[in-house]
Amino acid sequence: MLCENCGKRPATVHYTQIINGVKTEMHLCEVCAKQKGTIEFDTPFSVTNFLAGILEPAFGSQVMKPSFEIQITCKGCGMTFEEFKRTGRFGCAMCYNSFSEKLYPIFRRIHGNTKHVGKIPTKMGENIAIKREIDKLKIELNIAIKNEEFEKAAEIRDKIRELEKKLARE
Amino acid sequence: MDEVVVTSRIRLARNLSDVPFTIKMNDYDAGLVIDKVRDVISRNKQYKFDFYEIRKLPLLKRQVLIEKHLISPALVSSKIKSAVAIDQNENISIMINEEDHLRIQVLYRGQNIQMAWEDANRIDDFLEEHLPYAYDETWGYLTSCPTNVGTGLRASFMLHLPALTLLGYMKEIIETITKLGIAVRGFYGEGSEVVGNLYQISNQITLGQPEEDIIANVISITNQIIEQERQARLKLLNENRAFIEDKVYRSFGILKYARNISSNEALKLISDVRMGISMGIIKEVTIDKIDVLLNLIQPAMIQDYFGREMTPEERDIKRAELIRKILD
Repeated sequence: MLCENCGKRPATVHYTQIINGVKTEMHLCEVCAKQKGTIEFDTPFSVTNFLAGILEPAFGSQVMKPSFEIQITCKGCGMTFEEFKRTGRFGCAMCYNSFSEKLYPIFRRIHGNTKHVGKIPTKMGENIAIKREIDKLKIELNIAIKNEEFEKAAEIRDKIRELEKKLARE
Repeated sequence: MDEVVVTSRIRLARNLSDVPFTIKMNDYDAGLVIDKVRDVISRNKQYKFDFYEIRKLPLLKRQVLIEKHLISPALVSSKIKSAVAIDQNENISIMINEEDHLRIQVLYRGQNIQMAWEDANRIDDFLEEHLPYAYDETWGYLTSCPTNVGTGLRASFMLHLPALTLLGYMKEIIETITKLGIAVRGFYGEGSEVVGNLYQISNQITLGQPEEDIIANVISITNQIIEQERQARLKLLNENRAFIEDKVYRSFGILKYARNISSNEALKLISDVRMGISMGIIKEVTIDKIDVLLNLIQPAMIQDYFGREMTPEERDIKRAELIRKILD
């Protein structure tokens, strides 16, 4: 078999990709494979493309979109929301803030969740840890009130107040 | 368990808050991130890292690092300057300017995911002390791709599942675990083909669950697959002993005597022999030895082993030679 790229040398690098059951094959000679970076391989089934597909329907079709809608642009890197939808990649940390409201449905689709509950970096973490503790205590407080355990509820309330004071001081 | 779990891997995706993400980066920014991270890593006392700028590495060396699973193909094909720090035991690699500014990866042989997580977590703590991480109270670690946001964590196992494959159960298993938020991939990760009955399984969801839960979930599903693979091997042995022994010994025979062999053929045969060892059919070779072979037969590793570049035809001959030498 001859190389699919140059058509001259014999194809010795055979590359097969299977994503979601769709098989794509490429047969190249060593020289062309090297030029292409060996593993680099264009495919319509990349995560980015699927992601762009996932992102699209959440915001209505082109027809439905009012023509006067103002394009949201990230203040940090200049990425537009359209660009994010197309590439499936954020341009910088500030994009998350700039596109904030539009991200909830996307994260819900991908992760089924919209709130991080994992690791907190220690350097910036203390405030976040306190806030998480307060949220947890508030749930406990509601349960205590529901169960008419008023003494316990008062205790939890005091703990929340204390933590809120600490937060204000920070 | 290591007869099923070949490797365990943890990956953490991290970014710096004060530099654009890689899609919006130019070479100047990229160089800046590399310099910063290199400086911080050099201050680490616990691990000794070697530092490589990808563009300065010969093509063969880059391919070797990919085949050792120390870097990803994406790091090599990056359009901007990229680099990697690798610890001297080759368990830890920190990729710089792959899809994210930082990809901390820890890889161990066998089922050692907990140890990998502890290492990754410790390195993450150290880097975070000295670098301004992009982190948000609500969304956690901010990543380039929305599929990694939150923990930025990917916990994965490379599983050797010859019996389940042979019995035709894999399609169903993949369909089921995909529904449970687990992704199944091939030998080289995303978009690669399953060869030698090696499947990589990992978590899909990174947001809304603590790291420990994500890892526990992958472990729990992996343990069930391990059990199913063991049952499948027993079933094959009990019901088709003659067929299995023939298959294993034929593959062993070809490996031992072939004079010319491609990496794909070698992988398939090694898979049979690996299964044969775990079933007690082949006793003169250990799983450890076969796993060394599993790595060495890859195209760049062969050339690295013999210390020179070779044509594909030459490689196939040298590969057969190397296999004979190791199995002898």
